[in-house]
Amino acid sequence: MTMPAGVSVDPPLALLAELTHRCPLRCPYCSNPLDLQRSGAELDTATWCRVFTEAAALGVLQVHFSGGEPLVRRDLVKLVGHATEAGLYVNLITSGIRLDADRLGGLVEAGLEHVQLSLQDSEPSSGDRIAGLPGAQQAKRQAAALIRAAGLPLTINAVVHRQNLERLEAIIELAVQLGAERLEVAHVQYYGWALANRTALLPSREQLDAATAAVETARAQLAGRLVIDYVVPDYYAHRPKACMGGWGRRFLNITPSGKVLPCHAAETLPDLRFPTVADASLTEIWYRSHAFAWFRGTAWMAEPCRSCERREIDWGGCRCQAFALTGDAARTDPACSLSPDHALLADARREATDATPEFVYRQHSALRQAPDPTI
Amino acid sequence: MTAGRPSLESSAVLSFAPHVRFRFDETRQAWIILAPERLLLPDEQAIEILRLIDGERDVDAIINVLAGRFDAPRDVIAGDVLPMLQDLVDKKVLRQ
Repeated sequence: MTMPAGVSVDPPLALLAELTHRCPLRCPYCSNPLDLQRSGAELDTATWCRVFTEAAALGVLQVHFSGGEPLVRRDLVKLVGHATEAGLYVNLITSGIRLDADRLGGLVEAGLEHVQLSLQDSEPSSGDRIAGLPGAQQAKRQAAALIRAAGLPLTINAVVHRQNLERLEAIIELAVQLGAERLEVAHVQYYGWALANRTALLPSREQLDAATAAVETARAQLAGRLVIDYVVPDYYAHRPKACMGGWGRRFLNITPSGKVLPCHAAETLPDLRFPTVADASLTEIWYRSHAFAWFRGTAWMAEPCRSCERREIDWGGCRCQAFALTGDAARTDPACSLSPDHALLADARREATDATPEFVYRQHSALRQAPDPTI
Repeated sequence: MTAGRPSLESSAVLSFAPHVRFRFDETRQAWIILAPERLLLPDEQAIEILRLIDGERDVDAIINVLAGRFDAPRDVIAGDVLPMLQDLVDKKVLRQ
């Protein structure tokens, strides 16, 4: 339970609070784990409130209310109010489904500062198909109008992949039309559900290049009106992303049942036991838990990371991706061209150009069909 | 990418945009700016300037205060203040 020597630990900047895994949408790239938790396993109101108080005391500045769909929690207004009173800056990450003016009014009054609304496509038919819910696109348009009418800043989160990338320009236009001030264009990250759907989602090099050019053009045209954040896909990267800004350096994530993780996908890693909010305070967990210390800093690294001059820039990339692709969480992220496993990404790209299979939609395990053999 | 857009006028009165919080963080003993999906850690010079943003003083008045406080020529102060304020307006942290 001790920290490797020489690792100085700053307080975390942000907390991702996954209030629930319940969601009206069934997106095939959902970042939730394959084994979704049911409502009975969720932390209750009082426990979440205690957690927000602990987070503020630890030095967390921003809390992102996420899920699943946070709006399915009946106590959401109360949770937002408590987090705000504790001094946290509250952001809501939502599908917008079931948002109405009364609910939103309550959230604004409770202190909500910002909303991130997901958008699956510009075309309603494709948007509804990707979300796995008829009428989803229309509900999102209404949600955006309500959010803007309430005076809240709006960010549109658009996850892009081979089945919607050709409409990226229209997606950007729609974000402007919906009154967004920010647009996040995020290529799918391949963990969990997205990894199960990788061949259906991974774009071609041509699609990626066109998308990058479209973003650059739109940024110039819309400067001062719309800020566009762009996340490039690992599968075409030369250097890995500094996942979460480094393990246990800036963020913590709490699952619906109260497990405290360094990132939302960390539960996929074997042999690491993550503490829960019932075991210890967030301060104790952040500074003294085995799980948060495990990949913190650079002492855990093997070559080529260990002697790399970028080791404190990208922190070895993503541990979950290293494990998902190589079976060893301590290896260099294969997204790095210096990784001995880098060819795995080229294999996946080739595989994806051969066929576009049906989506495996997100659903609770008892209902799930036989999963793709690649997961 | 700022070309073609109107630049900040010295008579502009600036305030923090709604849902932007400029506050002192006790844990870090530092001034911070919290905004949608943004956390900014202003340097000492920026903090001096931002603490004068009150929705009443115009840019000219802010420059005057700082010129007096640091006993520096007005145009030198303006050369620091204007680009910084313009940048924060572009980032939607401040608004006119």
